[in-house]
Amino acid sequence: MIKRVVGFFGEEEFANQRRRLFYLVLVLIVIADLLVSREHAEYMWDWLPGWSAAYGFLSCVLLIFVSKFLGHQGGLMRREDHYD
Amino acid sequence: MTDFVHPALLFILGALPIPLLKGAIRKAYLLLIPLLAILAVLAMQPGSYGAAQFFGQEIMIAKVDKLSIVFATVFTIMALVGMVYALHLTRAGQHVAAFVYVGSALGVVFAGDYLTLYLFWEGMAFASAYLVFAQGGRQAVAAGFRYLMVHITGGVVLLGGVILHGFASGSLLFGPIEGVMGIAAYLILAGFLLNAAVPPLNAWLTDAYPEATVTGAVFMSAFTTKTAVYVLARAFPGTELLVWLGTAMALYGVIYAVLENDCRRLLAYHIVSQVGYMVVGVGIGTEMAVNGATGHAFAHILYKALLFMGAGAVIYVTGRRKLTELGGLYKTMPLTVALYMIGAFAISAFPFFSGFVTKSMVVAAAGQDHRAMVVLALTMASSGTFLHTGLKLPYYMFFGTDRGLEAREPPRNMLVAMGMAAVLCIVIGVFPQLLYALLPYPVDFQPYTGVHVTESLGVLMFTALGFVLFLRSLDPENTISLDTDWFYRKGARVFMWIAEKPLARYEKAVSDVSETTALPFLRGAARVGMRVDLTGVDAVVNGVARLILRGGGALRRLQTGVVTHYVLAMIVGVIAATVVFAVAWR
Repeated sequence: MIKRVVGFFGEEEFANQRRRLFYLVLVLIVIADLLVSREHAEYMWDWLPGWSAAYGFLSCVLLIFVSKFLGHQGGLMRREDHYD
Repeated sequence: MTDFVHPALLFILGALPIPLLKGAIRKAYLLLIPLLAILAVLAMQPGSYGAAQFFGQEIMIAKVDKLSIVFATVFTIMALVGMVYALHLTRAGQHVAAFVYVGSALGVVFAGDYLTLYLFWEGMAFASAYLVFAQGGRQAVAAGFRYLMVHITGGVVLLGGVILHGFASGSLLFGPIEGVMGIAAYLILAGFLLNAAVPPLNAWLTDAYPEATVTGAVFMSAFTTKTAVYVLARAFPGTELLVWLGTAMALYGVIYAVLENDCRRLLAYHIVSQVGYMVVGVGIGTEMAVNGATGHAFAHILYKALLFMGAGAVIYVTGRRKLTELGGLYKTMPLTVALYMIGAFAISAFPFFSGFVTKSMVVAAAGQDHRAMVVLALTMASSGTFLHTGLKLPYYMFFGTDRGLEAREPPRNMLVAMGMAAVLCIVIGVFPQLLYALLPYPVDFQPYTGVHVTESLGVLMFTALGFVLFLRSLDPENTISLDTDWFYRKGARVFMWIAEKPLARYEKAVSDVSETTALPFLRGAARVGMRVDLTGVDAVVNGVARLILRGGGALRRLQTGVVTHYVLAMIVGVIAATVVFAVAWR
């Protein structure tokens, strides 16, 4: 059972099913976020349905590119024998 | 004393018979001691134990309250899980070191005064360093040596702060540091922050943990940083500086994790990031925030150990540690994948996993304290956490390019240990009240509200979307990353160069002088000297020489050439000098 579940995420033959499932989940989350009640919202953005999705995506992209920029242009990434 | 058995003693004294036991008896014994320790913690009553006088100072070996009990609970549970994971090791050394390490961590957690705390603090550093040295090889020994040096330096800073604090306040009892922060408080804080791996004092962690043994790293991931969180929560709750250090730390860890190619070093950067949440919680200092920091430490120890166990299993089976050399293992290690992913969901704070009920308590506490920037930064760090431990690492380690590695599931004891941690990650997520009951303050927090669930899932799943879209940008690269360890790794070399060049020039000048002027004079003197020498002095000299030779032979046996032994000798010397000074002073 576990082997099959793990296999679903690895095998090439399930690639299309995986993709469809993934996009379905994304849509469902946004819909749920629109429907959910917002009584105790603290900040401005808490009132905005779908805010967390946008912020999550933005964070992810920002982290990837800022880090890689610091790594390559900022000189943080070095050859493995740097200290030898 | 019947209602209090010090669990630190159980572990430290319990370590002594390990080398004498063999086979199944040793295995049973290795599990028995952590089990007894768990019982000892469960049976514990709040109060103060082991009060004594030491050189006129009040000593409190153990002070038990809710804060120390919650840390001791997770430490002893973790000791059991870690021992199950390490059960297949045949050599006793690592077991002994792990026992002393856990015992020392528990000693810190119950320490009622700074001297007891300091003693166990150093015990932790030495015992854990052994877990790095035990890996063997040039790289590990060098990393272990750096680890030890950094911690000894931190220990000296802490001791300096403690002594100053003792002189100023007249008491060495360990508690909240009140009033205006003086130099003593800052030194103590620096010592604590070093062990909490707060940047720029973080590099020892990410340098040494990935070099430790497979089983040793699991122990290390749990204890050192979390004892530091404990002492911070005890001594510095509500210190504004910690809020900002913690926030920076949470992001620092995830930024470095993007660049990392070594699987356990990536996880180590996530320790830095996760401990950031706890440091923020301590810094905010409200009841809810300290609860959040404590609860998150509890959950973190279990899921981080699970992640280290998963990565360790891969290293154990394949002998490889770089993401550029791993991939396609899901076919042969499906159980490891599944168990690792439970840890990944827990650290990423998916609903029904432990991180969801603890991390959000810290973030909510920051929200209640009207710190919008902190909330946004911590949410961004959460996105990064899932990006690396939940997506990047498993993708390149277990899925991704199939490298055709020959692999199998790890030994059963490793899988059982991972299973134990995984069950706890889920139990805490599904029944948070069990954990909330342990926290130092009453909990008034409901993680499972509709908004919180959809918002968390939104952040996480759209992070996954970013991962899918920009996968190629995340491909691991065969590099290492510069961190603050650069200063002592390269800096030491610059220092040596400066020392060597002028020294070499000076030496040459001296030898030039001696050759042109001193030598002829010396030759003449030598001829006279020889006559005297041959007749009278020889006999005396021979006698003395024999004596020196014998003495030298005895001394030579003390020289092992292992730097740690010398360091140990120095520490013993320092302690001896302190004792002599204290006695003479009285």
